[in-house]
Amino acid sequence: MLEQLTLGRYIPGHSWLHRLDPRAKLVLACYFIVIAFLTTNWLTYVLMFAFIGGVIFLTGLSFSYFVRGIGPLIWLIVFTAILQLLFTPGGHIYWHWGILMITSTGIQTSTAVFLRFLLIITMATVLTLTTAPLAIADGVEALLRPLRVIHFPVAQTALMLSVALRFVPTLLDEAQTIMNAQRARGVEFNNGGLIKRLRAIVPLLIPLFVGAIGRADDLATAMESRGYQGATNRTRYRVLKWHNADTIAVVVILVLNVVLVVLRHM
Amino acid sequence: MAITFDHVNYMYQPNSPFEAVGLSDVSFTVPSESFTAIIGHTGSGKSTLVQHLNGLLKPTSGTVTVDDFQLTAKTTNKHLKSLHQHVGMVFQFPENQLFDQTVERDIAFGPLNFGFTNEEAMSLAHQAAHDVGLPDELLNRSPFELSGGQMRRVAIAGVLASQPRVLVLDEPTAGLDPRGRAEMMAMFAKLKADQQLTVILVTHQMDDVADYADQALVMAHSNLIKAGTPAEIFANPEWVKAQQLALPTAANFAQHLVTRGFEFDSLPLTAEQLAIQLRGQLPKEGR
Ligand SMILES: Nc1ncnc2c1ncn2[C@@H]1O[C@H](COP(=O)(O)OP(=O)(O)O)[C@@H](O)[C@H]1O
Ligand SMILES: [Mg+2]
Repeated sequence: MLEQLTLGRYIPGHSWLHRLDPRAKLVLACYFIVIAFLTTNWLTYVLMFAFIGGVIFLTGLSFSYFVRGIGPLIWLIVFTAILQLLFTPGGHIYWHWGILMITSTGIQTSTAVFLRFLLIITMATVLTLTTAPLAIADGVEALLRPLRVIHFPVAQTALMLSVALRFVPTLLDEAQTIMNAQRARGVEFNNGGLIKRLRAIVPLLIPLFVGAIGRADDLATAMESRGYQGATNRTRYRVLKWHNADTIAVVVILVLNVVLVVLRHM
Repeated sequence: MAITFDHVNYMYQPNSPFEAVGLSDVSFTVPSESFTAIIGHTGSGKSTLVQHLNGLLKPTSGTVTVDDFQLTAKTTNKHLKSLHQHVGMVFQFPENQLFDQTVERDIAFGPLNFGFTNEEAMSLAHQAAHDVGLPDELLNRSPFELSGGQMRRVAIAGVLASQPRVLVLDEPTAGLDPRGRAEMMAMFAKLKADQQLTVILVTHQMDDVADYADQALVMAHSNLIKAGTPAEIFANPEWVKAQQLALPTAANFAQHLVTRGFEFDSLPLTAEQLAIQLRGQLPKEGR
């Protein structure tokens, strides 16, 4: 079940997107997420979904893989959208019960929430699927570097990030193992009401935390014994290089932005 | 009553970039109340195989039969709970599953999930703790305060407390010292005899295979490549080495003795068999 989740996984490959500079990809993904909020009418949504469709095509991974990968998250998105739907006042009221209501504004906002959420998660998935965790950390470090002026601990932040990203798959595997062990002891993770499901999480989370803390401790010991003393003035082994392709990608997203703004007003 | 695999295939994450074969056309039968060892190098599919025994994995195609239970690709999760109880699973490093505030409650967790009353669960927990050799004074301690070996016993008790009829052990002695390993294997043998369990043991310890197993299954690259008694499995030392497996210590020792002129009717697998066969061959007056 967990292994279906694609957000946060990296699939090595040689597609055009894989080869983009991580700085470019980070900026573009963030930029895309911000302009996802500029969507208003159906034309803008068509544009954005067409764009993300093209991006998925460029990853070289199958479309159905994305659909299934985002599957486990769809409930989170639906849940958020339903909350929006039930609690947004305004416009024509179709139905109401106590503080719950369905209004025309509610339908509009919840649809927008749903579609934007989908766009954002798909983009984030594309980013992590095509960018090695270490490359993401390098990209973040490079982008944050200007903040050193205000004494922001850039190197430490990047290190924290790379360690965190490095352990995502490990923790997912471990969660799977613990889930199996508890299922064998009669826990049902996919059965019963909300309370029962929440209670089933405890025997999963506690061993997971215990394991993660132990692992962090081991890692700290290993780093100290290899002479790590805060990352001051380290030179780097992987040097990032900006290529023409990166410039083209930036231009493409700027064009997208312009078209989006035009469509907004149609 | 027995365990049967009938042309079982299993595919991990089908139709994704991570697709991998877990089991490929595996068929075998294991009689009730027998002791079966599963051996093979790392990644050969041993853990995948044993997770089919209690329905944690369902075959992509083929049928798994465990006593009254049948498991196919179509089996729904609703029918699995009684199978989970019938087949107890001790995973690799089972101490990683401990979570409750006291040892007693952690051991009783399984029985409570399987619908025993609180009183029954507590009494089963005490019995299981006793069976794995945990002293009573540990029962009210936190499981996280115990030593590694004790934690593992707590985890094993937590599986036994649900009164399984089949006990699956996936490398249960990994990471223990030699003495802890010997004690634990002796404990499993005793449990099997006392409770008439069917035991399936995944192991890299060929001595345990020779000492305890009635039969062994050899896995390689997701295939079952050989099934037979330990004597049949180890009969051809060249083949065993080709599978990146080892011989039991006694068999290894006997092979060295053969190069020094000793003769054996059949390759001895245990220290006892070795001693019996050597008895007649040693000179009367030891030098
Ligand atoms: N969750 C998983 N996803 C994909 N492949 C897996 C997974 N678990 C195991 N495998 C693969 O299945 C094969 C058998 O693994 P496993 O049964 O764990 O072997 P063993 O227990 O003999 O070491 C290996 O090639 C392994 O890489
Ligand atoms: Mg294994």
